[in-house]
Amino acid sequence: MNNQIEPANPLRRKRWNPYVVGALIGVLSWITFLTMDKALGTSSSLVHVAGLVESVAGNADNVTGPAANSYFAKEINEKTPMFDWQVFLVIGIFIGAIISSRLSGDRSTECVPGLWSWRFGPSKTTRYAAAFFGGAVMLFGARMAGGCTSGHGISGGLQLALSSWTFFMAMFASGVAMAFGLFGKGGRHHVV
Amino acid sequence: MWFDKPGLIIGGIVAGVVFGFLLQKGQVAKYRVIVGQFLFTDYTVLKIMLTAIVVGAIGVWGMLQLGMIQHLHVKPAILAANAVGGLIFGVGMALLGYCPGTGVAAMGEGSRHARWGFAGMILGAAAFAAAFPVLDKGFMKLGEVAITTGDKVNNKLTLPDLTGVSPWVYIASLAAISLVAFTAIGRWERKQGLR
Repeated sequence: MNNQIEPANPLRRKRWNPYVVGALIGVLSWITFLTMDKALGTSSSLVHVAGLVESVAGNADNVTGPAANSYFAKEINEKTPMFDWQVFLVIGIFIGAIISSRLSGDRSTECVPGLWSWRFGPSKTTRYAAAFFGGAVMLFGARMAGGCTSGHGISGGLQLALSSWTFFMAMFASGVAMAFGLFGKGGRHHVV
Repeated sequence: MWFDKPGLIIGGIVAGVVFGFLLQKGQVAKYRVIVGQFLFTDYTVLKIMLTAIVVGAIGVWGMLQLGMIQHLHVKPAILAANAVGGLIFGVGMALLGYCPGTGVAAMGEGSRHARWGFAGMILGAAAFAAAFPVLDKGFMKLGEVAITTGDKVNNKLTLPDLTGVSPWVYIASLAAISLVAFTAIGRWERKQGLR
């Protein structure tokens, strides 16, 4: 698998050592705390996107204004505007992954992952429906818990937050149970 | 109401580009790596997360004690919501094969099914907003842990707040646990002939 010679320029390599990546994400957290007074997080920006979609679709009263939904009012306001820091962070994540994958040629137009296909067949429709449903369930859970793998997992974990470690244990346990429920022990031999 | 301050917009994009770059180089923008972690065939996710937590904690708590940063950004301890939300999250994440951040990075890498996952995430956020007024009547307060000082109720608790034990004890323990785990993972990987 790794028979090709690694490019000398690290930016062109496909894979960095995970410990190095983790340490650099840790250092990135220092920088956002110190220079922007922010902690890395992703999922609350999805509330902003949902609010934006509802506004554009003609349901703006539910998002802003006096009769707004109480959750949108809590999340989108003077302090955290519609296009706030975190929305731009998420746009940046998208751009950063494009740059990284283009530099290394590690591109993928994966529609149906190999493991999924082994268990549920090659149907794109089935896979897309499962991905859509999974994304919806995941974000519902994230907003209930108050964060996701980055906001609770990494940022909350490093702040030694009670809420975040509670979330982390619960989500990991249920992720493992769900993955084994979906793919069984046999799935372990088909992770591609 | 519409836009954050220009400095935060630029800062957000720059931090995001670095974050997305690192997630992609770390291979966690891939379905097989995320689901492989839940099936215990690939430990990349735990390696990255635990290292980020330990390294991040040293800097953030150090800067806090040196007065370089004024406060943390801790999320409220409402244990029922934290735990049940986590359980729901895990189900969705195993089904999608990405978390929100890595799903966005996967779209950047080109993944097609991640796009459907992202559309689902928008729906999930809207669904939670719709459910919130009802949940807020009781459930979203269940199992709240707070420390009251005078008339101030603080539920944004850290483990050091709660126990009175120094954060450095937690950080050192976490580092030690991570080292033991990483050593065991390395041994298992060599046995499997993975690396």
